Amino acid sequence: MEAPLDLPEGVRDPRDELPDHLPALRAFAISLTRNVSMADDLVQDTIVKAWTNFDKFTVGTNLRAWLFTILRNTFYSDKRKTRREVADPEGTHAASLYVKPDHDGRMAFAEFSAAFDKLTAEHREVLILVGASGFSYEDAAEMMGVAVGTVKSRANRARTRLAELLHLDDGEQVFSDVDGTTLAVMSKSGVNAA
Amino acid sequence: MAKEREKPGAFHQIDENLKRVYEEALEQDVPDRFTQLLAKLREKESR
Repeated sequence: MEAPLDLPEGVRDPRDELPDHLPALRAFAISLTRNVSMADDLVQDTIVKAWTNFDKFTVGTNLRAWLFTILRNTFYSDKRKTRREVADPEGTHAASLYVKPDHDGRMAFAEFSAAFDKLTAEHREVLILVGASGFSYEDAAEMMGVAVGTVKSRANRARTRLAELLHLDDGEQVFSDVDGTTLAVMSKSGVNAA
Repeated sequence: MAKEREKPGAFHQIDENLKRVYEEALEQDVPDRFTQLLAKLREKESR
């Protein structure tokens, strides 16, 4: 049965707004699964779940965040059920990956992608939410169902892990995008602030 | 001149690449199956 929404003036029905969020939803799914066909199945399940639960959506709140939440919850519950992924919480199998930064110190994108694939889904998730898709730490915390502090520390651990995988942790080439003088100062003082 | 950097180089480069990972996925065309799915859901609803 249809549950008609009582929409205030100028507020769109989330059913009409949903298609606008599909590219972002799919990008998030691809980031989580690193597999386009799995991502599309996940988006499909998310759309169906969202559609049947629109009565639980508070009109006027962030629809994209709501959809992302459904998607990530679906992803983790599928993962628990099927255990499709090799259990490797710390991404130890990735230890063999050795990627040197380019000569100029800027990492190549293909190398970055390979390292990103080696992260745990939890690390990919937090990095995409706060590092790429523009959500605030508060939004991400709500989506992930954890405290803001947990989001921040998880994001930092994930960035550190990526830096390790990319061998960006020796403090040498990593500052190459800063000018030479600063570089010398920074490496001498061992700057390591997040 | 004096470019402010709130993060050290490594994290800055990581974030730039993260944006690229996400943006590349974002730029892909959304498959037709989703348009069809939405049309089907709407149809079901209006019955």
